[in-house]
Amino acid sequence: MTGVSEVLARTKKEGRAALIGYLPTGFPTVEQSIEAMVAMAQSGADIVEVGLPYTDPLMDGPVIQTAATKALENGVRVADVFDAAAAITQAGSAAVVMTYWNPVLRFGVDTFAAKLRESGASGLITPDLVPDEAGEWITASDDHDLDRIFLVAPSSTPQRLASTTAATRGFVYAASLMGVTGARDSVGDQAQVLVERTREVTDLPVCVGLGVSTPEQAHQVARFADGVIVGSALVRCLLEADSFAAGLDELRSLTGRLADGVRRT
Amino acid sequence: MTTAVHSAGLGRFGEFGGRYVPEALVAALEELDEFRTKAMVDPAFIGELTQLHRTYTGRPSILTAVPRFAEHCGGAQVVLKREDLNHTGSHKINNVLGQALLTRRMGKTRVIAETGAGQHGVATATAAALLGLECVVYMGKVDTERQALNVARMRLLGATVVPVEHGSQTLKDAVNEAFRDWVANVDHTHYVLGTVTGPYPFPEMVRDFHRIIGVEARAQMLDEYGRLPDAICACVGGGSNAMGIFHRFIDDAGVRLVGLEGGGEGVHSGRHASRFSGQAEPGVLHGAYTYVLQDEDGQTVESHSVSAGLDYPSVGPEHAFLRDSGRAEYYPVTDDEAMEAFRLLCRTEGIIPAIESAHALAGAMKIGRELGPSGMVLVNLSGRGDKDVHTAASWFGLLDDEATTPPGDAPRPADDEAATGGGESQT
Repeated sequence: MTGVSEVLARTKKEGRAALIGYLPTGFPTVEQSIEAMVAMAQSGADIVEVGLPYTDPLMDGPVIQTAATKALENGVRVADVFDAAAAITQAGSAAVVMTYWNPVLRFGVDTFAAKLRESGASGLITPDLVPDEAGEWITASDDHDLDRIFLVAPSSTPQRLASTTAATRGFVYAASLMGVTGARDSVGDQAQVLVERTREVTDLPVCVGLGVSTPEQAHQVARFADGVIVGSALVRCLLEADSFAAGLDELRSLTGRLADGVRRT
Repeated sequence: MTTAVHSAGLGRFGEFGGRYVPEALVAALEELDEFRTKAMVDPAFIGELTQLHRTYTGRPSILTAVPRFAEHCGGAQVVLKREDLNHTGSHKINNVLGQALLTRRMGKTRVIAETGAGQHGVATATAAALLGLECVVYMGKVDTERQALNVARMRLLGATVVPVEHGSQTLKDAVNEAFRDWVANVDHTHYVLGTVTGPYPFPEMVRDFHRIIGVEARAQMLDEYGRLPDAICACVGGGSNAMGIFHRFIDDAGVRLVGLEGGGEGVHSGRHASRFSGQAEPGVLHGAYTYVLQDEDGQTVESHSVSAGLDYPSVGPEHAFLRDSGRAEYYPVTDDEAMEAFRLLCRTEGIIPAIESAHALAGAMKIGRELGPSGMVLVNLSGRGDKDVHTAASWFGLLDDEATTPPGDAPRPADDEAATGGGESQT
């Protein structure tokens, strides 16, 4: 069992959903991003989603794209995600890397997988890689005992829900709405319907992402999902702060409140 | 040499192609594939598209021999396929009409498009107006400023033009934004992708809508000249006009297929859009596995060309296959070479080409010299240069007063950065 699976089994035993927090590596700097990810884990995030910045992030809204662009301008490299994942796992938390596919492809899929395993990360979330195109990654993730977290969407047909979840390991990432990352006023009904549809075809934990930003929304999603994924709202803490120290304080505070949200009965 | 195009499997041309997209889009791509597969064998659909091409686009486009221009091509005979005479001024209308008809068949009411500097956007806005569809066009902010006239054309046609302020604010970023819109609105929106790249089925579908160029050209060559050309030259950004004219000739082994990329300031300068001569390696961008200008971390590298239509860091996957299989050749043409060919066609034949198409003309000058007086080169003149008049006038110093230059229009090459993106997408 990998780190993510262990965490999700534990939170399930506790009768609650897990809180999964996303931050991009390299923003504001590599060192500060790692410090922020560890702080997030210490403040109540059960799993840290380590973002690998990419020049063409089709699934990301303006907040995450702005942070990722600044990280790239600041010189973040692919290998930095391994350092981030290692720091998180050394701090006792579970880490997964979220990446668009081309940086992995260019790095070398098997080499990337080996480095990822070495860092202690559980696996990858791949927003632009569906199982149909993931043969090389499926082989590498098998060889290196890594989770492969594919996404399902409200538009997924029953057949695709079945085939995608069959290829998935760790947890299923349910994209709660049709759209890109970013805070929304409400989570909407599509998320719960998608989780229910997904559970009809798999026993894997189902975690909900896209649009969750407030403790109240986290609480709402936690009532029907195994995990609640928050990205843009956490990134915004660092993006809009006057200083890194102030951003870190806000990040700790929001993470704590979100953690309370997933624990509230 | 491999001459048969491999289309088996899910949109693969050899190892290239595929469908690298968010899961949210897969259902829409499957729906599109189902509808277009049925439509392409449906006499009612083909009949309607053919009728539109005849009465609206102005097809078949003619062949024009250009003997005075050919004097600069080593004496080889040069013939132009006149896609510039199509309604809206380029080959782009071929694809857009097909996709607009499919949009209506799918019961969708809204189309979105990306555009480098305007031509695909204008064509999409045109088709949307014709069929009563809502239309939103994404365009890099830099391009909207440089091509204010085209923005106005799209708005006159009823389209909403959205300037994209992310990244390099050019075509690549407009594509990203169009994909984002599509993910959010896919239930009632079709993405009219403008070239032979993107996730399956776009490369195959867009090629098939443009294939008429080569089908007509081959028949016209045999009818009017009694022979096939020795070489076909076409510019390649994404690669739609080139694939359109190449495809019917792939099995004609004696016909060289020559794609001309934006060589910018030269491939060694690092400021170019040559995916096959520069630092490009196979990778994934915008849904397809193909050659991509990228750094060692797989991050996309910005391209450069005097022509916005060629200024794109990736290329259609079928071109990647044709290149690696040896069936087609690809060469970079520098900005200077393209503008010289542009000037020559204006002066010798009274035809103002798009700057994109001028790259193909520059290619004909090179290939013609290789072939000599017995050779014959067919050039796909993918678009006309009305839109490029200010860019070219500025390039050649023909403006009496700088104040007559529209704000943001491309200045002389010495002005460096702003010299990019003077043309509309013609690829």
